[in-house]
Amino acid sequence: MANWIPLWLHKLSSPPVFYGFAGKLRPWAIALALILGVAALYGGLVLAPPDYQQGDDYRIIFIHVPCAWMSLFIYGVMGIAAFIALVWRIKLAEVVAMASAPIGASFTFITLVTGSLWGERMWGTWWTWDARLTSELVLLFLYLGVIGLYHSFEDRRQGARTAAFLALIGIVNVPIVHFSVNWWNTLHQGSTIRLLGPSSIAPSMIWPLLTMMAATKCYYVASLFGRTRTDLLALESGKDWVRHIAENEVAR
Amino acid sequence: MAVLRRDLTLAWRQRGDMVLPVLYALIVTSLFPFALGPEDALLRRIAGGVVLVTMLLAMLLALDAMFRSDIEDGSLEQLMLAPQPLALMLGMKILAHWLATAVPLIVIAPLLAGMLHLPSPVIPVLLLALLLATPLLSLVGGVLVALTAGTRRSGMLLALMLLPLCVPVVIFAAGALAAAQEGLPWIAPIAWLGAALVMAVVLAPLACAAALRIALDS
Amino acid sequence: MTPATPATPLLEARALSFHRQDEPVFGPLDFRLDAGELTLIEGDNGSGKTTLMRILTGLLRPEEGELLWRGEPLSWDRCSGEVVFLGHQLGLKSELSPRENLRFAIGLHGSREHSQVDDALARVGLAGFENEPVRKLSAGQKKRVALARLLLIPAALWLLDEPYANLDRTGIELVNGLLEAHIAHGGAALVTSHGAVQFHGGEPQRIRLHD
Repeated sequence: MANWIPLWLHKLSSPPVFYGFAGKLRPWAIALALILGVAALYGGLVLAPPDYQQGDDYRIIFIHVPCAWMSLFIYGVMGIAAFIALVWRIKLAEVVAMASAPIGASFTFITLVTGSLWGERMWGTWWTWDARLTSELVLLFLYLGVIGLYHSFEDRRQGARTAAFLALIGIVNVPIVHFSVNWWNTLHQGSTIRLLGPSSIAPSMIWPLLTMMAATKCYYVASLFGRTRTDLLALESGKDWVRHIAENEVAR
Repeated sequence: MAVLRRDLTLAWRQRGDMVLPVLYALIVTSLFPFALGPEDALLRRIAGGVVLVTMLLAMLLALDAMFRSDIEDGSLEQLMLAPQPLALMLGMKILAHWLATAVPLIVIAPLLAGMLHLPSPVIPVLLLALLLATPLLSLVGGVLVALTAGTRRSGMLLALMLLPLCVPVVIFAAGALAAAQEGLPWIAPIAWLGAALVMAVVLAPLACAAALRIALDS
Repeated sequence: MTPATPATPLLEARALSFHRQDEPVFGPLDFRLDAGELTLIEGDNGSGKTTLMRILTGLLRPEEGELLWRGEPLSWDRCSGEVVFLGHQLGLKSELSPRENLRFAIGLHGSREHSQVDDALARVGLAGFENEPVRKLSAGQKKRVALARLLLIPAALWLLDEPYANLDRTGIELVNGLLEAHIAHGGAALVTSHGAVQFHGGEPQRIRLHD
């Protein structure tokens, strides 16, 4: 049987191994994120034709939509890591979950800001209680709650586990919020403004979008690895492998 | 159940604390007409929402105290070591807390609604919505309070954590009120609240026990 | 659950150690405790006595090592109902009277046969204070209320964290008397203390914690 995968994963979950692995992978992820990001921006801002309805304004989607995807994707990663952290008590999973939260919160924030900018051009208002916007705002609060709870504990591991539990509650909550907000919006008034209908998007628009998505993913990996590495160092500061690294740094 | 009886006795001994949320709700509600002007039509339109949000804030005010004193004097440790299921005992604690804080609020809810000229046929719907929404908030809040049990400062944090969770509750409760006010059928949102409450009654004590064990590092 | 035979100790620790933020709190620790035995845990302030106590109650999880309760891994649901823990925080509600506090404890943990709340209070020297709110009692008297709980609740193992703190000479004798009676009835006890303990029932086992 191919049991090398769980074995490899098990090895990877040990902090020193992950530290080295993440350190090797991180420059590649940054480079890839930069290249893909530049390519996507060029494709989106220069090559893609203007929209027949929205002119050039729509181009903000090349930032907005990938960020919105990332805000949910990172919450998913955080939830999975939180689950692993609570069930198997793996230190690395705690660190990954907690390192994901600020990145996810930033993406959510960017989504809200770009959405608001776009809304101002398209709908003539900075903010509307659209179901998706509201859900995104709630998502931001969830992220902030997780971060706040994590930092309110003196013991970081305890804080991480507690915040991980909150993240799991949030996972249950997000669909409920989305459903209820949808229901609420239709009850109060038929929303006069809709986001882009499911109009078929031209391929010249879709490839920059997908490329940007890949770029944000790479950026996430790079950022996550960076944060995880520093957190691991701080968390394991008493251990031998950290001392070795510190000694090597000093020797250099 | 011993826990329920003790907590109710305690609440009764400190009934001054029980009055505070009620007073708070009264003050907040009476500020709205000053801020918005005494126009009846306007007040009538916002009455349901204002009463709901005020109740929520008043409950939030008292939520923090749910486990605080038990942690400080070590009662919670004794509770966790007792041979009964922790989830059940915590469920009883939450029930006691609900009885001590939410029930007085519900009792004055018609008064608050009257101050804002909520049409009287809507008041039964308001009470029904509150009867379903407040225990839901107590249960969800109990889980969150358990999560902050190991921390020093938690007031603002609790509000931040509770907000995403209480959005659906507010939406459905307010939805029922709005529908009733317009003479539309309001049973659907109430049914959703009821369903959520049933879920919460089953799951929240378990989650609360798990959260407490994590937060107190066991 | 296997019945406790003389071969399986009530509580056994193997290479138990605990770290907080990767700072070791106490080192690998081995000990065993049989029914009818008293063990003293000694150590200076900050040597991890209270932490060890909390681990033994199952409230905290040890980082490394094993803890066996009647030969099986200890967890809070395994030993609950057989262990009484008396910590720094006494677990008394200051708004309630000693009698109400003890009734509540019985409601949670059950009570020993032939034990009466008022008798227990009289035994710890609090006759006449049954209905006074606990907040009006002195620190030593509060401690005595908590000690009365030991008399009422059935348990095989007592975990007493600093039971002598705040007590006068008669109070200390009271604790010793309670411990002796408990041991004589086949109970076991773990007691932390930084002071000298005089115990008349044979020399107790001692565990020394270092920084």
